[in-house]
Amino acid sequence: MLKFIIRRVGAAIGILFGASLLLYVLVINSGDPLEDLRESNAENREYLIQQRIEFMNLDVPWYQRYWDWLAGVGKCFALQCDLGTNRSGVSVDSLLALAASSTLRLVLLATVLALIIGIAIGILTAIRQYSGLDYGVTFATFLFFSLPVFWAAVLLKEYMAIGYNDWLRDPDFTLGQILVIAAIAGFLMQVFLAGSLRRRILTFAVTAVFIGAALPTLLALGYFREPRLGYVGVALLTFAVALSATAMSVGLKTRKVLYPALITAALVSVLQIVLVNVFVYYMNWWIMAAGLALAFVIPWFIGHSMGGRYKGTAAGVSMTTGVVGAGLTVLDHFFRSWPGFLDLKPRPISTIGSQTPNFAGGFWETALDYGTQLILPTILLTVISLASYSRYTRASMLEVSRQDYIRTARSKGLPERTVIFRHAFRNALIPIATIAAFDFAALIGGAVITETVFGWKGMGELFITGLDQVDPAPVMAFFLVTGTAAILFNLLADIFYAILDPRIRV
Amino acid sequence: MSIDKNMNTPGSGDVYSLAEAEDAALLAKDTQSLSQGQLVRRRFVAHKGAMISLGVLVFITLFAYTSVGFAGVPGWWGKSYLDAATTVDGGRPTLSLIPQWLGGSGIAWGDHPFGQENTGKDYFALVMRGTQKSIIIGVVVGIVATAIGAIIGAVAGYFRGWVDSILMRLTDLFIVIPLLVLAAVLGQMAGNLGGSIITLAVVLGLVTWTGLARLVRGEVLSLREREFVSAAQAMGAGSGRIIFKHLLPNTIGVIVVNATFAIASAILLESSLSFLGFGVQPPESSLGLLISQYQNAFTNRPWLFWWPGMIILAIALSVNFIGDGLRDAFDPRQSRKHKRGLFGLTKAKG
Repeated sequence: MLKFIIRRVGAAIGILFGASLLLYVLVINSGDPLEDLRESNAENREYLIQQRIEFMNLDVPWYQRYWDWLAGVGKCFALQCDLGTNRSGVSVDSLLALAASSTLRLVLLATVLALIIGIAIGILTAIRQYSGLDYGVTFATFLFFSLPVFWAAVLLKEYMAIGYNDWLRDPDFTLGQILVIAAIAGFLMQVFLAGSLRRRILTFAVTAVFIGAALPTLLALGYFREPRLGYVGVALLTFAVALSATAMSVGLKTRKVLYPALITAALVSVLQIVLVNVFVYYMNWWIMAAGLALAFVIPWFIGHSMGGRYKGTAAGVSMTTGVVGAGLTVLDHFFRSWPGFLDLKPRPISTIGSQTPNFAGGFWETALDYGTQLILPTILLTVISLASYSRYTRASMLEVSRQDYIRTARSKGLPERTVIFRHAFRNALIPIATIAAFDFAALIGGAVITETVFGWKGMGELFITGLDQVDPAPVMAFFLVTGTAAILFNLLADIFYAILDPRIRV
Repeated sequence: MSIDKNMNTPGSGDVYSLAEAEDAALLAKDTQSLSQGQLVRRRFVAHKGAMISLGVLVFITLFAYTSVGFAGVPGWWGKSYLDAATTVDGGRPTLSLIPQWLGGSGIAWGDHPFGQENTGKDYFALVMRGTQKSIIIGVVVGIVATAIGAIIGAVAGYFRGWVDSILMRLTDLFIVIPLLVLAAVLGQMAGNLGGSIITLAVVLGLVTWTGLARLVRGEVLSLREREFVSAAQAMGAGSGRIIFKHLLPNTIGVIVVNATFAIASAILLESSLSFLGFGVQPPESSLGLLISQYQNAFTNRPWLFWWPGMIILAIALSVNFIGDGLRDAFDPRQSRKHKRGLFGLTKAKG
């Protein structure tokens, strides 16, 4: 394995080197870096030209400049990168550090969401091949494939941001709107749950009535401006997650799984009350990360030690409960801060920027500010990559379902759940891993457009300005991040193969 | 693609005569035997979505080319996309599709069906001109990328060894650089060379062949082990002849389907580049450029924003559906008949 990884990394570095050389040559030949100064009427024109030549080292041949850049990158192995300066003499390192954090935040979130939702939709449409749901999703997929990103972005800005902000000033639904929303929700629910005609009608009725009753209630409570879950809400939902996760994995009769999950839920319910002061007064990102890590580790420990024969499943179910419970607690605190946040930022979703400039708020308000600014670009990127993931998952699941071992699994009487997830899905994941790895790099490319439309000061901006000014250093910095990410993800995909498919010995 | 599967192996006499009887029964039915091409055509024509899309695409193409004319030939639409004029009624579009008996103002075409932009240029002419560009880009990129991808893939797969290694590393090189980045850099270069739309299209074709090259290589790697290749080699056919006469025609399905999807993504890529300012430059018109120029006009003059976007969407969507129809037509395994739903949970529709 180690030998394989070393060989792959070696080849990857070779490719990265070749690609960087190619891109460097292309960028410096894409135009004249002094064009704007040559045409300028400034008095100190000669001086400015001299200065820029010095900043960009234009007086040395291109291979010398490339070599200097490469040597600077080489220093990264000694943990002190030097990515050169842009044409105004600003160090690209600091520019990149600022830009990369907002872009990676966006792209990682979008990729994770798209993978989860896309794979889920793919499995569902494969199970219900040629149903109304399948045809609907197929059409939607084609629509998203064909959608010009920048055009969709402007639509999102108009209807999601401006429309929502206007609505939130005085949240209200007319009777007609409530009826329409309830009918649509009921229709979608019966499409997803399917079943016989009678069951579909029942699903539709229950969902529609529930939504029809819930919306006026929430309005009357002022929930859209002052949402809340409360201790009781968090505790109830966490226990519900524990029960349903157990029921979906092995069934409620398996006490060895049920008890650890319930203990985890109880622990979450107690801790959210005990630690309330930490959440309100001392919260920061480190505590958040540590809390998330504990939400994985402690339930794993509980499940593993109590699960006995089912320790793997018990640990998984407990971990799900723990993480969802922790998430709900955080959500509760976001809800508590929402009214205060609205006072600071009356129109919560603004269409420009990755954060509000000069925003003065506590931890929760700042986090909400990041969150509301993330919503639109994330929706856009997620929807676009969602389309391909769901499509590939569907195709891959259908391919696998024709294999003999699926028939064997079914004929030896395994429950449908086990056949789908243990036998079919695990094998269907193999091609998806490759596509996800390749897509990540493409998604950063897509992020260039998204960032431009939403006015983010991210890597896209770094790249576009750099290219526009024929300034290689920022462009190469952009490439260094995307290229390394692409190679890294491919490597991960290869290792992932070996885990998924023991036949692949490397 | 189709290798004769019902070869009669002489076994015991009984089986042999049974097979013969079966063959005779098949022949007695007056079903006409169809060639591969006919089968593909039939399956494609049966695909409703693809046929509707083909109609839409042909309509848009004819409309765009006849209305404002092309290559010096004047079209039936009198106004040019370059001429400024006085703005009438705030540049509001005069197109009306709601008939009077529904409370609209009747079906009318008017002077400026899509309205006018800031300087009074006719928006219909601008959009049609942009549509022409999109279609040219799609077709040229499709041809260039397909030709390069198919040849590189076939050569790599047929020769294997070091040729394969070099070509595939070259492909990796192109894949590692995000497509949009590579296209933007080359688009910028093409723009500075004073390039026409064709230059831009060729340049885009030079960077979008990688996916097809990988697919064709995979196909050729398995095809080259088949008997007909050995037979051709035994008869003394050269490598060039084997690749172009025997291997590539057998991968036609993969190639055609991918070419279609390449066209759709090329149209989107061009519009993105023009939106970012690295593609088509003003005063020339392009759908992406129009959206970029008027994205802030959405609140006051939404027609400047809706038309180009809807047309990109319509073209890309119909090309993608045609690709889907072609895939179903070329790959009988994808056929919608004789297929059970997954895990037998659902009944397949006929």
